[in-house]
Amino acid sequence: MMAEYQTTTAAKDAPKPKGPGWSFNWVGRIGLAIMLFWGLVAFVGPWLAPHPPGEIVDWDYFGPVSGDYWMGTDYLGRDIFSRILMGARYTVGIALAAVTLACTLGVILGMIAAVAGGWFDMVLSRLLDAFNGIPSLLFGLVVVAAVGSSIPVLILTLTAIYMPGSYRFARALAVNVNTMDFVTVARARGESTRYLILQEIFPNILGPVLADLGLRFVFIVLVLSGLSFLGLGVQPPNADWGGLVRENIEGLSLGAPAVIFPSVAIASLTISVNMFIDNLPTKIRDRSE
Amino acid sequence: MTDPLVTVEKLRIGATTDSGRKVEIIKGVDFEIAPGEIVALIGESGSGKTTIALSLMGHTRTGCKIEGGTIRIGDCDMTAMSNRARAALRGTEVSYVPQSAAAAFNPSKRIMDQVIEIAAIHELMPRAEAETKAVELFRALALPDADTIGQRYPHQVSGGQLQRLSAAMALIGDPKLVIFDEPTTALDVTTQIEVLRAFKSVMRAGGIAGVYVSHDLAVVAQIADRIIVLKGGEIQEVGGAEQILNAPRDAYTKQLLAAFEPVPHQPEEQPAQAAKPKPVLEVFDLCAGYGAIRNGEPAAKILKDVSFKIERGRNLGVIGESGSGKSTLARAVAGILPAYRGGVIVDGTEMKPDLKDRSKAELRRMQMVFQLADTALNPAHSIGAILARPLTFYEGLRGKAREARVTELLDMVHLPASLRHRLPGELSGGQKQRVNLARALAAKPELILCDEITSALDTVVAAAILELLKELQRELGLSYMFISHDLSTVEAICDDVLVMYKGEVVEALPAATMSSEATHPYSRLLISSVPKLDTGWLAGLEQDPELVAQFANR
Repeated sequence: MMAEYQTTTAAKDAPKPKGPGWSFNWVGRIGLAIMLFWGLVAFVGPWLAPHPPGEIVDWDYFGPVSGDYWMGTDYLGRDIFSRILMGARYTVGIALAAVTLACTLGVILGMIAAVAGGWFDMVLSRLLDAFNGIPSLLFGLVVVAAVGSSIPVLILTLTAIYMPGSYRFARALAVNVNTMDFVTVARARGESTRYLILQEIFPNILGPVLADLGLRFVFIVLVLSGLSFLGLGVQPPNADWGGLVRENIEGLSLGAPAVIFPSVAIASLTISVNMFIDNLPTKIRDRSE
Repeated sequence: MTDPLVTVEKLRIGATTDSGRKVEIIKGVDFEIAPGEIVALIGESGSGKTTIALSLMGHTRTGCKIEGGTIRIGDCDMTAMSNRARAALRGTEVSYVPQSAAAAFNPSKRIMDQVIEIAAIHELMPRAEAETKAVELFRALALPDADTIGQRYPHQVSGGQLQRLSAAMALIGDPKLVIFDEPTTALDVTTQIEVLRAFKSVMRAGGIAGVYVSHDLAVVAQIADRIIVLKGGEIQEVGGAEQILNAPRDAYTKQLLAAFEPVPHQPEEQPAQAAKPKPVLEVFDLCAGYGAIRNGEPAAKILKDVSFKIERGRNLGVIGESGSGKSTLARAVAGILPAYRGGVIVDGTEMKPDLKDRSKAELRRMQMVFQLADTALNPAHSIGAILARPLTFYEGLRGKAREARVTELLDMVHLPASLRHRLPGELSGGQKQRVNLARALAAKPELILCDEITSALDTVVAAAILELLKELQRELGLSYMFISHDLSTVEAICDDVLVMYKGEVVEALPAATMSSEATHPYSRLLISSVPKLDTGWLAGLEQDPELVAQFANR
């Protein structure tokens, strides 16, 4: 017993080994690599694309994979490869911006509501509940009809749709942490609400909040494609990946690559985001344990 | 000598941790239990007492595995049987009474249905017969309204009653061996007596053998014939209850016994100069409660006109059973729960009821330490960061000076400085509680409110914490308000004692003469209910039944 204790203290006396807390496994690394790849494509896509996205390059529709058109052509004979490269900018950019905004806002408001309690919590919660009752596509329709479609409008609309859920989630987690003794100790010390939220509560809800962010990201990609389908999202001739799938869906029965490749792109992005988040470094993920 | 009912030979139980490391929990244990004999397994947490007790049913907790040795009960070899055969024995040969009866009962089913479940599963007898038998057991266990109590739901009976009902559940199948896993640990002392008595008489009457798992020597002394002292998965000493208590041979047993003996507290010598005549804490007519506030009064009033004083360098103990308002008192004094009437004066300055309105300097003087050491430390912060925060917050210390002070604080509570890089999850219970104390000390307080700080710790560890508190008091001139349900700890550290009952102070008296001079009937009942290290204590205990009925919520 004694000897064991001494060896462990000796190990702790040595300079803290760097790395193990931050390293993560290969599944997470693959996820991160795919995310970075799509991020890069979103940046440089327009320069890489062999054709402008709206140019009709082939007289045949739903063309097969060929040396000229790497991923075939769509229902109007446009080059799918170019359209996916251009669409990355919209899908990755809009979804990432919207999910970051939605979760940041939701989590901050949720934690404030949990700590402050009282009327602030009640008013905000009921307000956002009521907001949750509006169907998301209907809301998008109204907003876009009112102010017109542009990328900032799309980002803000998607943020508004997904923020209440994130708020509810973070609030529920924070309420639990808020009743723990260590928060009471900090409060008894006289700490400000800001300190309580950022230092005491946030590190302990970070893991679940990140998992929630991954899920929400996937939903946003889907709603974005829904908006595009209704003509409210990304405006033609550009299209996001969801839009590409929708407009080429008739090609599915013909086995057209035009519908397969955008689907693969969506799947690889959403799965990689979740692979990365589920395998985050233990330092971030397991803090509450 | 008759054949033993239970024979355990060279029992080894191991587990594989999450990181794939193999650990041995039980390292070769041998013992026997004769029919009708009650054997106690005693030891600190992690000593393997519950693991051994569960293995007698052939059961191990998830992740654990019986790796060697044999367990025989009667003619059955529990280790060699199939799971199905073992299941057939559970409830009829061996049964189990868990620590938390409240968690063991299904809240959505009537008590009777759950008590006779064993009879139904094993098809021992028809339902009507089982119910009659259950009522007989209720009567034998001295439960009130034995005929109708089975029709209630678990939340409609008290904790002590529920614990006795779970014993009835265990006894319905006429087992030869009953395993009690700390059944009275969660109960108040006054309730504990009743439960112990009921267990003892039922076991005697039925000639049933028992295994009683506990960390409390005094409780074990009342019920066990033999005691097995465990430490780190190995038997330290086996002996008759009398022998273990009066003539322990093993060093660890002696240590356990020594930790139990209260060391009477020596009041600190007061400096002769009367420079600071003001008491460090004065509380008058304090009223506090929970719930919605109407007309300035909360819906549920807990504290009713509590008044007391703590002189500088002296310690006040607050005792009472659960629900008496002890913790609420500490929270109201600290301002966590604002009092709606009355006042708190610290060192001559009257405090605002809500801590939000108190200044940093006022907050600094009074620090609080909680019962559950692990929930009081943020799992995401290192020990160093936890201790550094109050230093930055109250004194604005940074960098080297702060680092030095953190090391100094760890040294004060006898922890190595290297601990500051660790997270709370990597510390033992006793170490965590020391860190909590160090955090309170970081504010350089004059008064520390200790809310049951030793209750969740093992006896030996708790005794060490008490020693530390005394030492810190000598060095730093602190005062403590010490809340506890354990009278011997209060005796060990306090100068004065408040006895609380239903939110009121029923008596205030000096700790040294607490047991002899208490006059209020409730304090007398409470004091006489504390088990003593004497095998004849329970049998010889005489309490006025009317008094018991009046004060104990049975």
